[in-house]
Amino acid sequence: MVQNIIDVGNLSKSFDISSKEPGLKGTIKHFFRRKTKRLKVIKDISFKIKEGEIVGFLGANGAGKTTILKMLCGLIYPSEGSILVSGYLPFRRKENFLKNITLIMGQKQQLIWDLPPIESFYLNASIYDLDKCEAKKRIKKLSEMLEIDEELFIPVRKLSLGQRMKSELLAALIHEPNILFLDEPTLGLDINAQRNLRKFLQKYNEETNATICLTSHYMKDITSLCKRVICVQEGAISYDGKLDLLLKKLSPVKEILIVCRSEEDAIKLENSGFSVKNKIKNEITIQIENDSITSSLKTILNNFDIEDLFINEPPIDEIIGKVLIKKDYEI
Amino acid sequence: MLEYRVEIALWAISGIIPFFMLNIWTNNNLNESINISDIMLSRYFLCAFFVRQFSVVWVVFSFEEDSLMGKVSPYLIQPLNPFFRYFAQHLAEQITRFPFALIIAVFFFIFNPESIWIPNLGIFLLSIVSTFLSFLIQFLIQSIVACLCFWTEKASSIERLLFIPTLFLSGLLAPVVSFPAYVKSWIYLTPFPYLIDFPANLLSGNETNISGGLSMQILWIFLLFPFFKKIWSEGTKKYTAMGS
Repeated sequence: MVQNIIDVGNLSKSFDISSKEPGLKGTIKHFFRRKTKRLKVIKDISFKIKEGEIVGFLGANGAGKTTILKMLCGLIYPSEGSILVSGYLPFRRKENFLKNITLIMGQKQQLIWDLPPIESFYLNASIYDLDKCEAKKRIKKLSEMLEIDEELFIPVRKLSLGQRMKSELLAALIHEPNILFLDEPTLGLDINAQRNLRKFLQKYNEETNATICLTSHYMKDITSLCKRVICVQEGAISYDGKLDLLLKKLSPVKEILIVCRSEEDAIKLENSGFSVKNKIKNEITIQIENDSITSSLKTILNNFDIEDLFINEPPIDEIIGKVLIKKDYEI
Repeated sequence: MLEYRVEIALWAISGIIPFFMLNIWTNNNLNESINISDIMLSRYFLCAFFVRQFSVVWVVFSFEEDSLMGKVSPYLIQPLNPFFRYFAQHLAEQITRFPFALIIAVFFFIFNPESIWIPNLGIFLLSIVSTFLSFLIQFLIQSIVACLCFWTEKASSIERLLFIPTLFLSGLLAPVVSFPAYVKSWIYLTPFPYLIDFPANLLSGNETNISGGLSMQILWIFLLFPFFKKIWSEGTKKYTAMGS
């Protein structure tokens, strides 16, 4: 039986936020009497993640996804509740725990700006107590997986964003962590670089059975990597389960464009009881529930003279967008 | 690479305050009032320049910037206290600026040949130890102030408050011996005279209480270190990982 590697119970996090009115008057007021209010950004969330799972955290900007990741990796203290990651309390930042995890933030870098990435790799290798020979072996293996070679010897400031991101990944994975926290790792990358990064993460997960927690606004990252998603709305979990099921729930019908041989056939089909979205001459678009799609298509093909038909999957961004835009969207 | 070489040279040149002070002291014959000869005074300020070169600390500014920009976050999840990075950075920069400091000393001796002296090996080694201890004290004081970033976000403003006593009481502008006796007795209870005055006097061959000075340096390190550990541990609990 696969063990839970992350166990979160009734976790909450509050921040003290101060606000300032605009202008000189507001500044003076702010200086003498600062108004602060306590904002609960994470509200009693609970979930468990199994070893080797890839879980995507979905949510609008400011929903609390990154705060959850920061608490999971021990960067910030939780206000209430419990977190256990790989058997450790993350915020205690014990050496063995830190050697087991990594955090990659798309916008932030840990590579030394003026030096080639290889220098940062060796520095990280010594921080994680790797001997030079082992470090060399791991750098070689990871650079092959990431398809970087000459870039290792060029100062970081001269690398492209994609090359830099690959180097960041290598630096973050040199100690072969079991748990990866990735906060928008493909941010700003072009389509090819995004695809390569996803391929790499998939391969890393398959080869090492590492657990990956991922946040991303690119739905392709989520759909190609994560079987399970956790949706976060205003600091609370609104859905935790399989991505397929979420999509089914959010988009229970499929649109089918049917091209009939004649307009009469289209009229006949329009009046046959199917839910019609629109009709233009001999082309008719109907909506069929996912569960009855096979039987409905069988009926249509047997009873009508059909020239062609197309099944349109609604774009996933649009479906997930419903969760992100509507704050009170019930899943 | 040129800009880096120029930057390193500028680092070294930026520490020449002691030479300006030497000029002020000798031109106004101020040294007569404290019974120090011109030669001993010029050696003192040259040594103050060297001690300053190898003990200057700016960790509060680096940490504040890294903390506000969210750069501390990746360091915090590594099994190494981020202050070790800054410590290593300071040591590396001290080594880098050594040749430039040496060139400045050669120029100093060309213009003041009467100040040339060779300290005995024992005193020289003790001066290196004392300068390193001075660096440790300053690093710990600034690290403690830097940790206030977890509460105030603007710890460098607090550091500026410390800059004034450091400037006046450390021996950078004037040897501590020039202060009135009752002021001196108070100054020697603070960590400031052990930052520059004590190691500079030791290296220049001025009369100084070697064992007392070294003991005070060690004592201050022992007092400051647990304080740093405590403030670090409390501060990281307050960390909000802003900017990342």
